Amino acid sequence: MNHFANSRLDQEPAIAHLEKFQGYAEHTPYLKDTELKHSRKICQSLEDAIRASGLKDGMTVSFHHAFREGDKTINHVMDTLAHMGFKDLTLASSSLLSCNAPLIDHIRNGVIRRIYTSGMRGKLAEAISHGLMAEPINIHSHGGRVKLIDSGELHLDVAFLGVSTADEFGNANGISGRSRCGALGYAKVDAARADKVVVLTEEIVPYPNAPASIAQDDVDFVVKVDQVGDPSKISVGAARVTSNPRELLIARLAADVIEHAGYFEQGFSLQTGTGASSTAATRFLETRMRKKDITAAFALGGITGSIVELHKKGLIEKLYDTQSFDADSAESLRTSPNHYEISTNAYANPGSKGAYCDHMDMVILSALEIDLDFNVNVITGSDGVMRGASGGHSDVAAAANLSIVVGPLIRSRIPTVVRNVTTVVTPGECVGVLVTDHGIAVNPNRPEIAERLTAAGLPVTTIEDLYRRAISLTGEPQAIEFLDKVVGIVRYRDGSVIDVVHQVKD
Amino acid sequence: MTLRRSMLFLPGSNAAMLSTAFVYKPDSIMFDLEDAVSLREKDAARLLVFHALQLPVYRDIETVVRINQLSTPFGPKDLEAAVRGGADVIRLPKTDSAEDVHQLEAEVERIERASGREFGSTKLMAAIESASGVVNALSIAKSSPRLIGIALAGFDYVMDMQTERGDGTELFYARCAVLHAARAAGIDAFDVVYSDVNNEEGFLKEVDLIKRMGFNGKSLINPRQIELLHNAYAPTEEEVDYARRVIAAAEQAERQGLGVIALNGKMIDAPIVNHAKRVLSRAQASGTRK
Repeated sequence: MNHFANSRLDQEPAIAHLEKFQGYAEHTPYLKDTELKHSRKICQSLEDAIRASGLKDGMTVSFHHAFREGDKTINHVMDTLAHMGFKDLTLASSSLLSCNAPLIDHIRNGVIRRIYTSGMRGKLAEAISHGLMAEPINIHSHGGRVKLIDSGELHLDVAFLGVSTADEFGNANGISGRSRCGALGYAKVDAARADKVVVLTEEIVPYPNAPASIAQDDVDFVVKVDQVGDPSKISVGAARVTSNPRELLIARLAADVIEHAGYFEQGFSLQTGTGASSTAATRFLETRMRKKDITAAFALGGITGSIVELHKKGLIEKLYDTQSFDADSAESLRTSPNHYEISTNAYANPGSKGAYCDHMDMVILSALEIDLDFNVNVITGSDGVMRGASGGHSDVAAAANLSIVVGPLIRSRIPTVVRNVTTVVTPGECVGVLVTDHGIAVNPNRPEIAERLTAAGLPVTTIEDLYRRAISLTGEPQAIEFLDKVVGIVRYRDGSVIDVVHQVKD
Repeated sequence: MTLRRSMLFLPGSNAAMLSTAFVYKPDSIMFDLEDAVSLREKDAARLLVFHALQLPVYRDIETVVRINQLSTPFGPKDLEAAVRGGADVIRLPKTDSAEDVHQLEAEVERIERASGREFGSTKLMAAIESASGVVNALSIAKSSPRLIGIALAGFDYVMDMQTERGDGTELFYARCAVLHAARAAGIDAFDVVYSDVNNEEGFLKEVDLIKRMGFNGKSLINPRQIELLHNAYAPTEEEVDYARRVIAAAEQAERQGLGVIALNGKMIDAPIVNHAKRVLSRAQASGTRK
């Protein structure tokens, strides 16, 4: 024993209530073991990591969905938890997609009791819409998720975060290694807030791994797995590029609206969603920006390849990326010095001290339905089944200077413009303009926008007129039949409840 | 001045396309009952088109129906449906001579009378698809006061000429002949479809050629081509500016009772004024060139 212990301190009543020094490694025993000092977070298996995390029945496990349809982490971890006998867990994934259909069994077997997610697709969404769960799921926006966590309602006990590379201390990112998803905006939130953080990595790289999207001081355990995700499937589903003439027509009109709405000035900012028309609209902006000789200060959000293209051409100075929607975007995040990764807290949390979306000029958003009051539904389909995601829709719509919703007036034979939306996700007061293939409607609360678009010769009409036109082509659709049971609670970005989803009648 | 830059072909049997095509705003929409419709769908297509013609959404757009040849079992029924349905224009395929048009005209007159449709309100256009048609182009173009234009149809024509579609050399004579016939008769002339829809560059090259030749426009098979075509036909800002000054000079001359119009010391005659009007109407329809 050569460590210092001051026996005189025992005689000092003034410090009787304080802990007395017992040696430099009293609280950091691993510092005495040169091997353990560096390897102490590494777990040999996922089971080991779960045991070490202290997870218990009834707790909350969290995930990010940056790999979208290519995700291999959520199902893998939930399978393992089921195998280990866990029950009554709350699943808090930033979102869920078609690839998460295997979760249905875990819900049936009582492994998962509650779900918080931005959205759902495929068989899982179908089953939950038909009453699979005893408790309704909570659907939140991306910013609203962070708000729910910070309010204490959604307490993350253990976060399981899949990354392409991490070092032995847990410094992790999604832009190096094999399966690169790009930005880890959602994972950054969970890493900073969960009680315990388990990083699942495909590759343990030499220390220090940089950049550290997830930083070592937030990480408890690191475990190597075969595959965390398949990046080739990230752009399947929401984000796609179109050659459909109708989507291109809508995209061109959306670009016209951007050009003439009054915000198309040097240094403007924009966000384009991932729907076909919004992605295509980005392409039409280039000539308009060159003609006016202006550049955008920044683009935000889920970043797509078409936004990256404008960035590479110098037309958008900076990109703020909370989720990369394709390989081009992930690659740009890796290589471009002006492509920045931001947490979802910084992106859109209304409770954060500063969200990027508050600085947004114009955003293009999609809609499954929009009603005569401009309320938007991005969750339930025309059959009442959930098939979408809240995403950043209500966040950016609320914060941006102008929200532009785009969509075809009629999908197959179902009108998009309806009298009342099935489910309200974004309140109409936040929606400025609706662009359809049959014309443009401006919210009466934005008369100045209507004036500018009309002056520019754009086909501006009223939403009532668009509704009448849709009905004249399709006839009045039969109402969807729902049961009394609530299967989903739609939370607005501030945590309040804006709507509920009922179980559909078979 | 009726603009006929773009004539969008729609298979008459495709209900989804019939219910949305007007949103692309081509100058004319051509509902096809002929080659784009399979034999087993002829009746269904005819009914669909008959109803589509009466949709309010097609009120603001010129409707054209391409019927089957009158010698087929379908042709007379197609014509009956198209005229009674209210088609603005009947397009006759495979027109080889003025006689074909006369025969069609007689039938149209009979149906107009029988249905109570305003006499003479059904216009006609003739598609020229063979060597005989090209040789007879002038007499075809002058065959009826109902004719609003003649169109060259490339596919059957090049077959007839024992060649194939290429860089345009194969259509050289036909284009010149059809265009001259139309102009001599004072009607419109339409160029062939460009079927490689993903080749924008090739399409625009062909559009540039036919526009410089003097064609009014082109038949189109994909809505994506409409915007490209209209933009190519849109005048530049300089052209619009000059046209405005020509019109202003002409109006001033008329006010002052002058027989001779002058702009910047140069004399301007009637064809220049007409051209200026055409420039302005194209600019009004789709703005200046982007």
